[in-house]
Amino acid sequence: MSQVDTKGRRWTLWLPLGLFVGFVVLVLFGLFRPAERTVESAMIGKPLPAFDLKAAVPDRPALKSSDFSGGNPRLLNIFASWCLPCAAEAPQLEALRRAGVEIHGVAIRDTPGDLAVFFAKYGNPYSRIGADNVSAIQFAIGSSGVPESFVIDARGVIRYQHIGDIRADQVPLILAKLKEAER
Amino acid sequence: MMRVLLAALALVLAGPVHAQDKLPPAPYAYRQLDDPAQEARAKALMDTLRCLQCQGQAISDSDAPIAGDMRNQVRLRIAQGEDPEAIRAWLIERYGSYVSYKPKVDALTWPLFAAPLAFLTLAVIVLRKRFAKGRVA
Repeated sequence: MSQVDTKGRRWTLWLPLGLFVGFVVLVLFGLFRPAERTVESAMIGKPLPAFDLKAAVPDRPALKSSDFSGGNPRLLNIFASWCLPCAAEAPQLEALRRAGVEIHGVAIRDTPGDLAVFFAKYGNPYSRIGADNVSAIQFAIGSSGVPESFVIDARGVIRYQHIGDIRADQVPLILAKLKEAER
Repeated sequence: MMRVLLAALALVLAGPVHAQDKLPPAPYAYRQLDDPAQEARAKALMDTLRCLQCQGQAISDSDAPIAGDMRNQVRLRIAQGEDPEAIRAWLIERYGSYVSYKPKVDALTWPLFAAPLAFLTLAVIVLRKRFAKGRVA
């Protein structure tokens, strides 16, 4: 071996250590960065899957996918009486309803009795409510929890997904998305 | 002391607050299919589908209601003769590839499969050079 050879390779001696340090930094970065826990639906821009649900409560009609066609864009709200954020979301849904938004609800794994108590306490902003006792709608639409809201345009296409409860400061955003869906 | 004991007692007696529904599980959430071959196919699929609520678990491992509902749907569709990979594709279409635990080669993941092959090839080349040198010397 010549001397030039060893000199030329000296820096490569540090290469494994450098790679290792880079790897540790990567792991630490992944470890301390808060993980993204929401699962976004891949159905945005696609038509609402066909469904036909029974009425969840006696005083509101049942819900099927064709109820979303024609007229103005609507909000599909997936909720449950046993879900705490859904109760927190109620005033915002009421505000949207007063702003002229038609809101259709799907009650997940719920009973008419529990729903009646829920509505007596928090109000009922829905025009129609379908009962889904096996979360079938959630799988069909790519929703992974309650509450979730979807903007559906008049052609029945899913335009926007809101994961989690709609906060007071997010009402304008939802209204803007509904407006956007008119086009 | 008495207060500590009382507080401890209160903790023991307090029931946990469940943000969960009161409905019974879906029919096939905890029930196997009658046909063992179909159940085996359903099980293999359920082992590789992610629970959407408890994201580190497969739906076959999870007691979350939504996982039970997904097992119900998987078993019903297998019983109707649907192909497991078609059900997986249906779910991926809705949730993205995140919902599936089965490794898949695509534009994003190919380096994971290519890197070991590249390293192995590199190792073979380096070792051959070393051994060749050794023989000459």
